[in-house]
Amino acid sequence: MDELTDLPLNDLVSGLRAGEFSSRELTQAFLDRVERFEPWIHAFICLVPEAALAQADQADEKLARWRKNADTPLPQLLGVPIAIKDVLTVAGLPCTCGSKILEGFVPPYNATTVDRLLKAGVIVLGKTNMDEFAMGSSTENSAYGVTHNPWNLKRVAGGSSGGSAAAVAARMAPLALGTDTGGSVRQPASFCGVTGLKPTYGRVSRYGLVAYGSSLDVVGALGRTAEEVARLFPIFSGHDPKDATTVEVSSPEITFKGVESIKGLRIGVPDEYFVGGIQNDVEEAVKEAISVLASHGAETRNIRLPHTEFAVPVYYLIAPAEASANLARYDGVRYGPRKRAEDIWDVFRNTRGELFGSEVKRRIMLGTYALSAGYYEAYYGQAQKVRTLIKRDFEQAFEQVDVIAAPVAPTTAFRIGEHIDDPLSMYLEDVFTLPANLAGVPGLAFPVGFDRQGLPIGMQLMGPRFREEVLFQTAVVYQQLTDWHLHKPPLPQ
Amino acid sequence: MKLTIEEVEHIAHLARLNLTDEEKSLYREQLSKILEYAARLQEVDTSDIAPTSSVLPLRSRLRDDQPHPGLSRDELFSNTADAEANQFRVPPVLE
Repeated sequence: MDELTDLPLNDLVSGLRAGEFSSRELTQAFLDRVERFEPWIHAFICLVPEAALAQADQADEKLARWRKNADTPLPQLLGVPIAIKDVLTVAGLPCTCGSKILEGFVPPYNATTVDRLLKAGVIVLGKTNMDEFAMGSSTENSAYGVTHNPWNLKRVAGGSSGGSAAAVAARMAPLALGTDTGGSVRQPASFCGVTGLKPTYGRVSRYGLVAYGSSLDVVGALGRTAEEVARLFPIFSGHDPKDATTVEVSSPEITFKGVESIKGLRIGVPDEYFVGGIQNDVEEAVKEAISVLASHGAETRNIRLPHTEFAVPVYYLIAPAEASANLARYDGVRYGPRKRAEDIWDVFRNTRGELFGSEVKRRIMLGTYALSAGYYEAYYGQAQKVRTLIKRDFEQAFEQVDVIAAPVAPTTAFRIGEHIDDPLSMYLEDVFTLPANLAGVPGLAFPVGFDRQGLPIGMQLMGPRFREEVLFQTAVVYQQLTDWHLHKPPLPQ
Repeated sequence: MKLTIEEVEHIAHLARLNLTDEEKSLYREQLSKILEYAARLQEVDTSDIAPTSSVLPLRSRLRDDQPHPGLSRDELFSNTADAEANQFRVPPVLE
């Protein structure tokens, strides 16, 4: 049944409707691949094969009724399986966020994004692995074991949505939801050779997303192609009364017009993203991808984003500061395991000290320090001001260009363990993804080649706020002109 | 500028984190290094720059005050380690 798991989303939807295969067959085909490859990859924290097949049977009944009477509207993605990052709540399924402090927590409600997808008929296969509370760039910070890159099992899958990216790359799920606070969709997508969207901040509901850095967190999606992610995006995005930071901007279906549509598209190439430290193969592949678009009529322009070098220190003060406040809620009282003690303060201190992992504690400490009396202005206050300058860089750039093209990460997937003892070296891996989060602009990562070790290379397109459509249209054209997105990882048989 | 162990203990206290001695010395080294790196932000002239706390224009959003179903009591208590009579039970906060 492997061929079913290779079909693009459009063929899955049309095949289900035409009755060429059932949702049960399709779901089983993905579950079969999970059974074969999960022992090597470990993309999932929780799998629910029985619930998924039961959901698939219900979808098949609806499809059968619809085939007899096609007047009734059918949910858009009825019967299509999906994987959900374990930071989003699915009612009745455990939600650990990769942490021991939420072990056994079963949320009684759906995240809005999940709810919208379920209404669109998707089948949830399980919850994917991630860095604890989405803090990390490698999925090594999961309390439930590391995710291995399907292209090279000794390499990381990226993070924090490493499980979602690896699951899609290994064809264990056709689509997945992830989240991106500082690159957590785009970087694993790049490392695993799949397509991943970080939407505009404010365009997707955070209700039911376990909070990390609330001014930066956004729910995104991963698929093998830009067209697939573009089909998913309007379904899970849009204003939500349950999240006051969602903006009332409609998310229409995205139309594609063919290769000639990129004629005259102004692509900005920022000098600051092609600097020392970037792997040669990455730089060459990204420049080659830009020239592919240019040779079909896009105009390239060198632009400046002068405050790029400050994105790492700005992010690693602001995100931990927000995290230190957001994670104050984990005290062992209302959910999660509790460490017993005579004194209430010891209950808090012991529960948090023993059940948070080391990166989470590091960021809580860093954020607490940055917000503490005497240091607030110098660290958090100054970081917020430099954030304004980073945001302004993008506003000025988008007066001259329609999209910005840049590498997703300075390197391809690094070795498991390579950065684990040196947090700062891990943080520096995020240098090219953080600015889009700080500015709130959308970014779309997709494969543009392989390095000489056979590891995928990703490029990202960033656009003005609420202009995801342009990113998708450009990436779809690129994927019509190239076949990097069709390569399959050489998994053990 | 390197953090002292006392400063690390003070931050851990503020964050209600019980740390082992090993963790304290590890975080002392690592946080010092990260903060030293972050000090480069001081180079940037921000004298006329307003801070960004959110990329969205901040405004209050009100909704109609209408009752609607929420989570049940059973659902709310379904995840706690200790509850009694529809209340979360913890050691005494005040003696």
